[in-house]
Amino acid sequence: MPALPFGHAGKYVAAAYIVFFALVLIYVSIMAVKLSRMERELAELNELADRRLESGSPAAPPASSPERTSPPDPTSRPEQPERTPAPAAGGPR
Amino acid sequence: MAIVALGGFVAGGLMAIQHLRTRDARWDVRSYVTIHLSLIFALGVLITGSIWARASWGHWWVWSEPTLVSFLIITLLYATYQPLRFAIEDRERQSRYASVFAITAGAFVPLNYVAVRMAQSFVHPRVLGTGNLPGKMWLTFAVALAGVTLVYLTLWKYEMTAKNASAQLRALRRKLAGGEDFEQVPTRRSAAPDLVPATESLS
Repeated sequence: MPALPFGHAGKYVAAAYIVFFALVLIYVSIMAVKLSRMERELAELNELADRRLESGSPAAPPASSPERTSPPDPTSRPEQPERTPAPAAGGPR
Repeated sequence: MAIVALGGFVAGGLMAIQHLRTRDARWDVRSYVTIHLSLIFALGVLITGSIWARASWGHWWVWSEPTLVSFLIITLLYATYQPLRFAIEDRERQSRYASVFAITAGAFVPLNYVAVRMAQSFVHPRVLGTGNLPGKMWLTFAVALAGVTLVYLTLWKYEMTAKNASAQLRALRRKLAGGEDFEQVPTRRSAAPDLVPATESLS
């Protein structure tokens, strides 16, 4: 098959670069959304830890043995406590 | 991009071997991220490759060309990786089966590459190792290959770090759980590996 002249092929080459750029951009955007979610959760946990420190209660209940290096199977987790509204997420401290 | 994607598939298979040998969940996560990224790159190859083919050959896709069709087959093969993981609820079995799949499919990649090179080419030129690539084009090719490889490695590190941070966060959430004012989010069923040491870095 004969190759198309360069002037004609230029727009296709540009389109290929745009597609590649768009793919990377979409990937990075998805990761950024996940990162934002993690940041919110971290702020929430930070606030919770602060509240516990203020109230003088122990920071960490003995939920698992200290030797454990991997999280327990979520399917075998004991009964979940009743869901309550999350504390308002404050900014990072 | 195609070379990096195929290399990633093979690397994912090697990491899966390590996972089966050591039973270390971190290798499963590495293999998962590697295959996940390679699949995205493979999708990019199919789209941009078609555009390039239109510019170079005047056709979006040539079904009689073994290079194109074999790459499509490999992409479709790896497209079943995530549904396979998602279909298995037990995390231990999920990681084991996924590793077996990654090894089998990873072995298929170089075999496929050799078979394609032995087959008759219709339109796709054979340039690597045949002396058909002029010196200036080699330089351009090497720079492009290095660039795409670096993009791949950067994104790999990015995703591994995100997974590690997420695991640490879950561990922290679990430690703090038990307070009445704390919202516990139940872990959803997922194709992504979960068993991650909370105190160690993944990457």
